[in-house]
Amino acid sequence: MRAERDVGAPAIAPVEAAKLDARDTRGDRLAPGSLAAGRLALGAVVVLYLTIVLLGPMGALVTEVSRIGIGEVLLAVLAPPALEALGMSIALVAISVVVNAFVGTIGAIALVRHRFVGRGLLGALADLPLAVSPVMIGLAFLLLVGREGVLAPVLEALDWKIVYAFPGLVIGTLFVTLPYTMRELAYVLEEIGTSEEEAAATLGASAWQTFWRVTFPNVRVALGYGLLMTAARALGEFGAVLVLGGSISGQTQTATTFIHDAVEERALAGGYGMALVLGAISVVLLALLEHLKHRRARALGRTK
Amino acid sequence: MSIRVEHLKKRFGDFSTGSAGSAAGFVAVDDVSFEVESGSLVALLGPSGSGKSTILRILAGLEAPDEGRVLFDGVDATHVHARARAIGFVFQHYALFRHLTVEENVAFGLDVRNVPKATSRKRAQELLQLVGLGGLGGRYPSQLSGGQRQRVALARALAPEPKLLLLDEPFGAVDAKVREELREWLRRLHDEVGVTSIFVTHDQDEAFSVSDRVLVIHRGRLEQLGTPSEILDEPRTEFVAGFVGEVNVFPAEIANGEARVGALHAKVGAPDGHARLVVRSYDVKLWREDAGIATVERVVTLGDRVRVHALVDGAGSLVAQFPRRSSLLKNVEPGCRVQVEVTSARAYPRASADA
Repeated sequence: MRAERDVGAPAIAPVEAAKLDARDTRGDRLAPGSLAAGRLALGAVVVLYLTIVLLGPMGALVTEVSRIGIGEVLLAVLAPPALEALGMSIALVAISVVVNAFVGTIGAIALVRHRFVGRGLLGALADLPLAVSPVMIGLAFLLLVGREGVLAPVLEALDWKIVYAFPGLVIGTLFVTLPYTMRELAYVLEEIGTSEEEAAATLGASAWQTFWRVTFPNVRVALGYGLLMTAARALGEFGAVLVLGGSISGQTQTATTFIHDAVEERALAGGYGMALVLGAISVVLLALLEHLKHRRARALGRTK
Repeated sequence: MSIRVEHLKKRFGDFSTGSAGSAAGFVAVDDVSFEVESGSLVALLGPSGSGKSTILRILAGLEAPDEGRVLFDGVDATHVHARARAIGFVFQHYALFRHLTVEENVAFGLDVRNVPKATSRKRAQELLQLVGLGGLGGRYPSQLSGGQRQRVALARALAPEPKLLLLDEPFGAVDAKVREELREWLRRLHDEVGVTSIFVTHDQDEAFSVSDRVLVIHRGRLEQLGTPSEILDEPRTEFVAGFVGEVNVFPAEIANGEARVGALHAKVGAPDGHARLVVRSYDVKLWREDAGIATVERVVTLGDRVRVHALVDGAGSLVAQFPRRSSLLKNVEPGCRVQVEVTSARAYPRASADA
């Protein structure tokens, strides 16, 4: 609080705060000077790192957009191909959020609350998308359901088109987003434990009542958190949707593949403009995540 | 509600724990049978890990026994779901619903039965009055102290008017002074409400001061069931004798109704042969006498009691307790010789190998 009052440039605030912290600590319990210096150094490293990795590129993007001219960039971003690509991304976000809300909840409850053979394996499989490259998975799906794929005859007979079509985008996005909601919920369910649910049962609640009156209110914040991460991941996915969708303008092009194609074609206004739009959406998602993180911490802190 | 438990058995860990090698699992409850009269207050007493909580959870329907039956009022309830058992359960760590207010917590058991809201809230208020938390209905559990939370948990369990109240280490998580108050209060509440109650505890004082009957559990087995004085005065097994109160245990030889170990001897009602002699610290008298059989090592004052540690010739260390003002303690100090008399002791035939 104090740091914000007397510091002008926001980028320096954390360092100042670290300095103040160090001073406070010294007053409280005679921390050695090296500790304070260490903290200061740590704070500086964090700020430097964030500047290089996050703020630098964002700043460069903003500079580039203003150099090209706001008008031209707006025009490019509001043109039909760009809007269609953005619409496609938003549709994928919506689908993955809805599907993960159900699959993630059911999966997490199964993983944490039920004991069955192969439970450990299922848990590991649910984390798989975090470990493997989306491009590789895209290729694997291609081998399965692509034109030359194993299931191609079946799909042809049914007249189903998956690859280079909307279903392909959905499959790719669902695959990469699978772990986020499930992991978050599984973690919180584990943390909360079973005693409240058991208490509900002894008080006469049915399984359904227990879920809605006890379990769900306890994981609501975590669910929101997981779904926000899901949305951010779905919005940013590139490899899987490129391989499975093919980035056909107006059909399977998403915001990310639009940027890729625009830059390839030197249509910089559209590319940078779309990048800025995605960046802005990410900032909003981040702010919401941060808000929920605090609420989650508070919710878990209540009665132990 | 009267309860009858027949040959209860429960094994843990044979499935899906992932730990290889424990194929047989761990036997938590091993052939336990007992009966509880309607309206009584019963303690399940035992050291931690003895299986007492598992027995309670089986009674609640939160755990299914591998073998055996549970009968409520003579009706088999072994496979009845927890929600249909008409029980109230008080968890060790309260398990209050953290997102609900105190009043909503207490009303929960009525709300899930679709009792009209006005009725359930009125009942919740009455119960909060009963447990002495009248004004706190609007608070959240996180805003209460440990003792208050425990009372909310109790009010919540009582709200649906259970026929059996089960309490798992109900006072384990509150500090000593509050625990004392809650014990007395539970006893009074039980007498007022009259619901059959069973509580689990590892604290013998708690078991003896609150309950009508005590079941002593050890390694999943029922060691003894009796009134507090029966268990104190006539411990049936060596474990009970050793667990209840502060005791001295000696390997002894018995001949003609007298147990001997080194210079120590005591009258016991046990058959001749090898035995373990169990002597309570307050069943020992000792006084300064140069021709005595023991040497005093330490004298420790504990509030209104004094504990004397002595080394008995040929028998080893012995602990004796006295009221602080006992005349026997005169001149008893570390290093002096004392005479020892055992006023009451019990002996249990010794299993050959272990001494």
